[in-house]
Amino acid sequence: MSVTDTYQPLPDTGGPAQPLIRVSGLQKYFPVRGGILGRTQAKVQAVDGVSFEVKKGETLGIVGESGCGKSTTAKLLIGLVEKDKGEIVFDGHALGERLSLKDLRRGVQMVFQDSYATLNPRLTILDSVAFGAKVQGLDNPEDLARKMMDRVGLDPDRFAHRYPHELSGGQRQRVNIARALAMSPRLVVLDEAVSALDKSVEAQVLNLLNDLREEFGLTYVFISHDLNVVRYISDRILVMYLGEVVEVAPVESIWHEQAHPYTRSLFSAMPSMDPDNRTKEPPLAGDPPNPINPPSGCRFHTRCRFASAVCREAVPKLSGLARNGDHMVACHLHDAESGHPKAGQGVPE
Amino acid sequence: MAMAEATSIHAPEKVEKSKGYWSGVGHRLVRDPLTMFCLAVIAALILSAVFAPYLGLADPYKGSMIARLKPIGAPGYPLGTDEQGRDMLARLIYGGRLTLFIGLMPVVIAFFAGSILGITAGYVGGLTNTIIMRTVDVFFAFPSVLLAIAISGALGAGIVNSLVSLTIVFIPPITRVAEAVTSGVRKLDYIDAARASGASAWTVIRVHVIGNVLSPIFVYATSLTSVCMILAAGLSFLGIGVRPPEPEWGLMLNTLRSVIYVNPWLSALPGVMIFVTSLCLNLLSDGLRSAMNVRD
Amino acid sequence: MLSYLIRRILLVLPVAFGVSVICFLLVQIAPGDPLTAIMPIDATAEEQAAMRAAYGLDKPLPVQYAIWIGNLFQGDMGKSIASGRPVAAEVFGAVKNSLLLAVSAAVIAFPIGIFLGFLAGYFRDTWIDRAVTALSITGVSVPNYWLGIVLVIIFSVNLGWLPSMGAGPGGSQSWAWDWAHMRHLLLPAVTLAVVPIGIVSRTVRALAGDILSQDFVDALYAKGMSRADVLRHVARNAAATALSVMGLQLGYLLGGSILIETVFNWPGSGFLLSNAIFQRDLPLLQGTILILALFFVAMNLIVDVVQAAIDPRIQRT
Repeated sequence: MSVTDTYQPLPDTGGPAQPLIRVSGLQKYFPVRGGILGRTQAKVQAVDGVSFEVKKGETLGIVGESGCGKSTTAKLLIGLVEKDKGEIVFDGHALGERLSLKDLRRGVQMVFQDSYATLNPRLTILDSVAFGAKVQGLDNPEDLARKMMDRVGLDPDRFAHRYPHELSGGQRQRVNIARALAMSPRLVVLDEAVSALDKSVEAQVLNLLNDLREEFGLTYVFISHDLNVVRYISDRILVMYLGEVVEVAPVESIWHEQAHPYTRSLFSAMPSMDPDNRTKEPPLAGDPPNPINPPSGCRFHTRCRFASAVCREAVPKLSGLARNGDHMVACHLHDAESGHPKAGQGVPE
Repeated sequence: MAMAEATSIHAPEKVEKSKGYWSGVGHRLVRDPLTMFCLAVIAALILSAVFAPYLGLADPYKGSMIARLKPIGAPGYPLGTDEQGRDMLARLIYGGRLTLFIGLMPVVIAFFAGSILGITAGYVGGLTNTIIMRTVDVFFAFPSVLLAIAISGALGAGIVNSLVSLTIVFIPPITRVAEAVTSGVRKLDYIDAARASGASAWTVIRVHVIGNVLSPIFVYATSLTSVCMILAAGLSFLGIGVRPPEPEWGLMLNTLRSVIYVNPWLSALPGVMIFVTSLCLNLLSDGLRSAMNVRD
Repeated sequence: MLSYLIRRILLVLPVAFGVSVICFLLVQIAPGDPLTAIMPIDATAEEQAAMRAAYGLDKPLPVQYAIWIGNLFQGDMGKSIASGRPVAAEVFGAVKNSLLLAVSAAVIAFPIGIFLGFLAGYFRDTWIDRAVTALSITGVSVPNYWLGIVLVIIFSVNLGWLPSMGAGPGGSQSWAWDWAHMRHLLLPAVTLAVVPIGIVSRTVRALAGDILSQDFVDALYAKGMSRADVLRHVARNAAATALSVMGLQLGYLLGGSILIETVFNWPGSGFLLSNAIFQRDLPLLQGTILILALFFVAMNLIVDVVQAAIDPRIQRT
């Protein structure tokens, strides 16, 4: 019996046309306590009104600076952080209505960045990998765990009874992948899952992830700050800035044209091997503004070269580009009616 | 449920067995001579107290008017006799029974109670945490000696009352440490990963929290045993612990004070036992701390 | 700083409330009737009921507590059953003596503890360090009531140099700064100092060792600073932590001196407490515990505030 036969995912309910996961208006503010009585003084607007969907079998890459809300979004998707507002719909079932948190976690799994910190130092590798499958009451959890270890390239006879500190970073991250897959999820959220690895190991793990996606019919949400990695693995890319989505587009489309000035700066900061492919865009200066008190209107206006009065006042809506509806952007430059002096012209060179 | 074997899975056939945490701890302990020595002393004290009736000692309760206050080394009385002519050696060894029991038991009970309270407070957080930890704060407003004496004094002398008051004294500090360690572990990614698997809070605590918080709490609890010994004997010394004529080191120290001008060194003997026990307990705790890699 | 001060004081209030509840409950957990000690043995049921009503013992517990705390705020802690004198007067007289003993012990213990701790931290992993560590472990392991007896055996019984009991010649209860009285203070103060010497030297050793091993000490040496200057820097950085440990120890000395006071018949709060226990004088027991605990709470507050003043980083937590 191969590992594919032991995989026990939740059944597909809505057919291929229904997105696997759809979130709308997702919001999470973290309270900041202080003062004499320790009352809430302010709120960090970590994620503010984020909406997107992930189709069955695709990989959505999420990029942005650190602190933009990528990781909070990831944790919201699996219920590790409780949402303030918004809706999470998994294969047609809304969380909290027809879908319990435990069932959501049956369908969605996560691989974290720090491969060491995510493994309990007192448990053997096999215990860690089999834990979730046991909790979820899957058949033969240990057998499944051993097969999954084997599948990700860890010989169960050699590694099953070892402890995390005896493994290399790459091996540990394979353990984490095996652990997530041992629960037979349909969606895997990879939060900077390869960022801490050496380049050579990173490539191996990325190839493994691609193979696994095909073999088990997985859907990925891939969070990373490394654009090259995201391009390699993703079908679509979502760009976040200060807790909001500023651009979503198919990977080739966004590679060809970054419609949002922020995306453009982000891409220009990326080292390129091709001298002809370098943008002239100056890289972003300074740190992002404080998410406790984000700028009004378009949150990027404080760092945007093209900001005008309207950017300070009106919040731009996320909408499709005129010539390519799949390429969505939230910028007044692309909205002919926005009142921006250069509205409708796209981002100037 | 299938989870029952989560921490004790045995491999079917040939495996590369690697060392777990506890075998490493045992290994380091065995190679620490001072700690092993203290362990031997404590073990000897406990064993001799438990098996005292089989050691061929004199009757620790039987006095003799003519054999009162024999000096140390007197023929037939290797450690002399007390103010009622009872054999000191027998009384010191029998005395270990009550002294060690009242000196160690409260920490054992407090270890369980404090761990449960502290782990709950640390893992659940929120209002539960506030209620438990603010109550603990109140007990911290009393120096431990004062609290033990206050409760024992109000309850009156007696073995059970001593156990109760000392247990109450040691629950708050253990709870505080357990809470601190647990809230630290609670923030770690592997707890998030475990929660993300859909496990209930109880399962996460049982499989992932307890194993990682118990050794620091345990080491801290062992560091309290010495204080508890001194306090337990101290209560008897004050006359609010064990009642006469039971042999108990603190109580013996108390009754022998009346003969301090007659046979001074004899009257200090029970204190030597308390001191040696307490010193060994402290050194043992330090040894455990380094063997278990627990930082302060 | 002011906001920290206010916040810290506000935090003390619930603790003080809890302390008062525990002290109130102490009398409730005591076996038997609190009135047995003062009630005639042949009292009739009506007389008992009348007495009960007179002391408010027929009311529900929360009401009794409210009455008790109300009287407390007016400085009325009830009357001692044994002596008939007001509890407050008895307690404050005794606390003065205990304070004298505690402060004397601190004056002996802190400089010695700091010195030994520095020595050990500075000469870390040498024989000096090991000797100090052994000494401090011995210090915290020794049952100090036994040590008191041993010192009495040596200095009073065998050598006859110092008195073994009381606070002054001829059972004097009032203190005076003369040799006759100081002689009485010496043994109990030294005995009481042993545990804090162990604890303070341990703390200071860790602090000094940690700070000396930090990079900035290397930087100071590199800048050509002298050994003495480096030591001074170390001292200032460790001051805040050391101070808090010492403040707590002073509190422990006052609250924990009961056993030593018993050994030396020192007429302090501990002595009062043990008398109260044996005479089942519950109002006196309650009052003494309450005052000692509140003193300890106040001590903690002062330590925290002083510590925050020295090291402003603390204010943020």
